[in-house]
Amino acid sequence: MAQTLKTYISGLQSTRAWRSIFRGGSGANNLRRSMAVQQNVFLHLASVKISRKSLSFRATWFLGTLSLGTFLILATTGILLMLYYHPSVPQAYADMKDLQFVVSAGVFLRNLHRWSAHAMVFLVFAHMFKVFYRGAYRSPREFNWVVGVMLLIVTLLLSYTGYLLPWDQLAFWAITVGSNLMSSVPVLGQKFRFLMLGGNTVNANALLRFYVLHCVILPVAAALLLAIHFWRIRKDGGLYTGPGDSNE
Amino acid sequence: MSQEGNMDSRPKPDSESTRREAFVKLGIGAACLAGAGAAVFGFEFLSPNVLYEASPIANAGKPDRYPVGSVTQDLKTGIYVIHGPEGFYALSAVCTHLGCLTAWNADLGIVACPCHGSKFNELGEKIDGPAPRGLPWLRVWLSDEGDLMVDRSATTLPKQFLRT
Repeated sequence: MAQTLKTYISGLQSTRAWRSIFRGGSGANNLRRSMAVQQNVFLHLASVKISRKSLSFRATWFLGTLSLGTFLILATTGILLMLYYHPSVPQAYADMKDLQFVVSAGVFLRNLHRWSAHAMVFLVFAHMFKVFYRGAYRSPREFNWVVGVMLLIVTLLLSYTGYLLPWDQLAFWAITVGSNLMSSVPVLGQKFRFLMLGGNTVNANALLRFYVLHCVILPVAAALLLAIHFWRIRKDGGLYTGPGDSNE
Repeated sequence: MSQEGNMDSRPKPDSESTRREAFVKLGIGAACLAGAGAAVFGFEFLSPNVLYEASPIANAGKPDRYPVGSVTQDLKTGIYVIHGPEGFYALSAVCTHLGCLTAWNADLGIVACPCHGSKFNELGEKIDGPAPRGLPWLRVWLSDEGDLMVDRSATTLPKQFLRT
């Protein structure tokens, strides 16, 4: 059976369609293996070869991968939630309630989105602490640390903008307090607050602005920064594997 | 055309580099101008020219609705209408700390903020808490119909009472 499956797959890999999509293909020798990575738009962000040590639990506790996992869960559940959510003032709260009580699996998706959001903030901080206390931010990985800080800021902004969307009392007053904090920035504070809310109070404009930031601008920024973050791992010689790292 | 003639017709390396530099400068200048224009345009676009927010002027109804010594909060407009012994006045119910809506506690006779615990007396003076200053006094007047009017966008000095 296994043999038949193997011959079937290798037969598939030699078809013209497969070869046109995946070019070199995998297996056989190191050249073909590395080409399989280099010629795939998603895989080429990663290195062709990585050390066994960097895959161990000890090296990373898998915190970066887990952060990416929560991000992917959030993107998937978020897109699904968008299908039932209208970012307008009387409707937003009712839609949130509908998702909880009316829509099939709505409560599951909403809770998955909410808990993953909390988990992502926790995991991103944990990832940062792990990198810091191992000293993995040092040369040649300084720039990737900077990209990571940007990703932390984007994560926190995603968390903050998402907080307003249920449009309940907690959301409304949290954003009222948050936007008033912003207005205490010297000179430009009031202007920043006005631009962020699109008005003087937390209102329909603020809800729409936060929605666009939460669903379009910030996720796109996060995806771009993630691509740079992962590509830099390869460019900086792989993950830091502890004292005696080849790049130290 | 001979090879030699061709060489002579080419501009000298020096003038070529200055011309290239001039074009680079022109390009950078144009890009800076476009960037500044985009920043101004973006700022203007992001600032709404019309706001569909509630009017700052609130009609609080006939003055005889408010007995002497009463503190009445209107949750919709975020104001207190107070009929003190010296006359009517209105306070903003929005906390001066971070903008939460305060509440009148009749038992203790104080205004308290639920967010961070600021406390004010019935004259709006700060008693306690992180609030940097007291609650602002708002301009109050009687309309031609005899209704009590409050302008939430116009603060007045404290202790400006309206007698009817």
